[in-house]
Amino acid sequence: MAVLGAGGGTSSYEEIESTELIILWGSNPREAHPIFFHHLMKGVRNGAEMYTIDPRRTTSAQWADTWMGLNVGSDIVLANAVGREIIAQDLHNKEFISHSTSGFETYAARVQPYTLEYAREITGIPAEAIRQLAYDYATAKTAQLCWVLGITEHHNGTDNVLALIDLALLTGHVGRFGSGLVPIRGQNNVQGGGDMGGLPNKYPGYQDVEDPASRCKFEEAWGCELNPVDGRHISLMFDAMEEGTIRGLYVVGENPAQSEADADRIRKLLANLEFMVAQDIFLTKTAAMADVVFPAAVGWAESEGTATSSDRRVQRIRAALQPPGEAKHDHEIIAMLANAMGHDWGSPSAFEIWEELRSLSPMHYGMTYERLEELGGIQWPCPDLDHPGTPFLHSWLWEDTLPREPAPFKPVDYAPPIDPLSEDYPIRLTTGRRLDSYNTGVQSGGYQSPIRHGGVLDMAPADAARLSVGEGEVVRIASRRASIEAPVRFDSALRPGLAFMSVHHPDDADVNRLTIDAWDPQAGTAEFKATAIRVDKITV
Amino acid sequence: MNEVALNIDGVAASVPEGSTILEACRSVDKPQPTLCYLENLTPVNACRVCVVEVENNRLLVPSCSRPVEEGMVVNTDTERVRHSRKMVFEFVASSVQMDLVDEETREWMDYYGADPSRYGNPAASSLDRDSRHPGHHPIPDGSEAANVHQPIKVDNDLYVRDYSRCILCYKCVEACGEDAQNSFAIAVSGRGFDARISTEFDTPLTNSACVFCGNCIGVCPTGALMFRSEYEMRKAEIWDEDEQSVTRTICSYCAVGCNLDLHVQDNRIVKVTSPIDHSITDGHLCIKGRFGYEYVQDLGEMASTPIDIVLARARTT
Repeated sequence: MAVLGAGGGTSSYEEIESTELIILWGSNPREAHPIFFHHLMKGVRNGAEMYTIDPRRTTSAQWADTWMGLNVGSDIVLANAVGREIIAQDLHNKEFISHSTSGFETYAARVQPYTLEYAREITGIPAEAIRQLAYDYATAKTAQLCWVLGITEHHNGTDNVLALIDLALLTGHVGRFGSGLVPIRGQNNVQGGGDMGGLPNKYPGYQDVEDPASRCKFEEAWGCELNPVDGRHISLMFDAMEEGTIRGLYVVGENPAQSEADADRIRKLLANLEFMVAQDIFLTKTAAMADVVFPAAVGWAESEGTATSSDRRVQRIRAALQPPGEAKHDHEIIAMLANAMGHDWGSPSAFEIWEELRSLSPMHYGMTYERLEELGGIQWPCPDLDHPGTPFLHSWLWEDTLPREPAPFKPVDYAPPIDPLSEDYPIRLTTGRRLDSYNTGVQSGGYQSPIRHGGVLDMAPADAARLSVGEGEVVRIASRRASIEAPVRFDSALRPGLAFMSVHHPDDADVNRLTIDAWDPQAGTAEFKATAIRVDKITV
Repeated sequence: MNEVALNIDGVAASVPEGSTILEACRSVDKPQPTLCYLENLTPVNACRVCVVEVENNRLLVPSCSRPVEEGMVVNTDTERVRHSRKMVFEFVASSVQMDLVDEETREWMDYYGADPSRYGNPAASSLDRDSRHPGHHPIPDGSEAANVHQPIKVDNDLYVRDYSRCILCYKCVEACGEDAQNSFAIAVSGRGFDARISTEFDTPLTNSACVFCGNCIGVCPTGALMFRSEYEMRKAEIWDEDEQSVTRTICSYCAVGCNLDLHVQDNRIVKVTSPIDHSITDGHLCIKGRFGYEYVQDLGEMASTPIDIVLARARTT
């Protein structure tokens, strides 16, 4: 979203209730974002047409007018073919393109090779369906283009996102009520984490580390000298551990020993560290490997603070419980650590930290605790004390005189998944979430869910039949990196050649030992969505 | 938006076009009783307790769903309205266990002089309500009040269904269906006095389309649907709403930003709801937001308070 100048979803949830066209691309909100799906279903009931683009015929796809079951990792081919077709049908928004964008000619030339015939061959989607999607997206008055990890968890995830943004620029489906780009984040405060500067290249409020003016501002506020060079994202950190340039690690509320792709490699790197500190509410697999563990309080139920949701809404979290034993709030631990290192940070409260943030991050300045309380949350940017917040972004694209440079097209090309299918590894394994569980199951494993499947391999019934494997039978699943065992579950939402595992039960079925840690060079996100596997019947 | 002027019990009211009579009544501080109405659901007009008289209308009209019209003259406290509401409350309360309804409903019943006991003592609980054929009823002798009482259904770790408390307000069906969850796991089955809320063929919830979001429980006005935690604590006589605090925070799972109201007793979360007037959830949650809190109060090795012990025991049995 950096193309448009801000790292957040452009729309409010309510917009999907009245939009004309909904496209879910690599997104299964009925299971992963159920309350967003409530809003979406209002839109469907109000007459919106819905496309779902997903290798699996998910429970969300069951509500779509059209399900496009594309081959894993072929998203750019489909997006570019849609773009080419929109131009070929002369349906692109010429006025918007000439006024508000740049680089259209280059884009149009780059998508030329992506014919319907080529796209059909690579994506597996009939040409007629692609043509119809192009027509419907270009001619809808309003359209919400939604994606999540099905787009980003690829070695070229950033390119995938750019290909979708290009389609919005081509049609003008951004910056208006009802038309927008909607990436729903995976975790309750991953938006807030980025907003607060939890990124290797940003200070709070998306101010650049490598911009001397913003660095000066933070140096002055904090009374110290700051590193003028961008830091490393998580994938680069593991590479640096491999090279020996990172020898110590401080892990806060993360379980990389189970959540990262190619887990065998990650665990080896963690084990080889000279020193590791883990700060968590649990003794996770990662914490168990640490030299020092700081017991933390539960952020959302035992601490004060804020969380920022996918629609950029900052809301208050409040302490309902006393933390157990010696557990302390995350900010308390960090301040104590700083004090122990000889700096006088005192013991600032969550409120005092928020006030400092407001003073340094212009997009948060108007969000006092009182206003957050009164308005039930505020969507950034909110630059002053009577600003109501911003329900949708980029209305500037529609102003008569643009206040900044036009939004550039960023043409991208297709690159297939890094882990190719072959005779030895003929099945494409993709991973994701189920409704009742969450990430590595550290939290969601705490309650008894009547709808939990556990660590199973979902297979197309036809594939299982070919291997003479019955439902519930334990099979061996091998990738080029490792092999694990898990029981099979039949799932008719999968086409032959496609298999699915959730990431929730690593203790039963350690799926990330199979996945590849090929990662996107810009975002650092690994290709969790495309692993080549073979499945073998276990003969006794 | 255009304003519509109307008269309610002699008081002039003005509300936006498209408002209901109920909303107009509330705007001039004339609250009306409701059972099947809720702000986050589409009115189904099932309970008839909110009926009012509208001049030049032959029948009483449900105020929760009838839109206002210019110049409408509404009466909410005539003899006819009072009598109708009293009968509705009496029929409901004589056939259904109402001891867990809210204070407001109780006050309305007193206001209208509803006396369910005049229909006789409740008949015995029935074991065959889920399999009765419609229309096959022995003629009652009038010695006891016919009712819907039947054994409690406990078929999973998260929900309890006590249909002896069900007034057939349809709220759970709406929340499970089009108004929120779109799962359609439950519907009204049977006809007449045999009508009841049921999964298909009365299969246990765990075999049904239920995804355990708990939104049916969130809208239930009588305690017919209850979280297992509350049910077990009530059974052990340790459920104490006077000792509970409610703290609003944000769900710890995905990034939608759902508001959670944590109901806490003795430093333990005992129930999770969501505010009905917040634009993100409209009062509805998913299984993780509703039940996924347990990791902060492990019922395993850390179990120590009476609440932990009661809930941990319920889980293993």
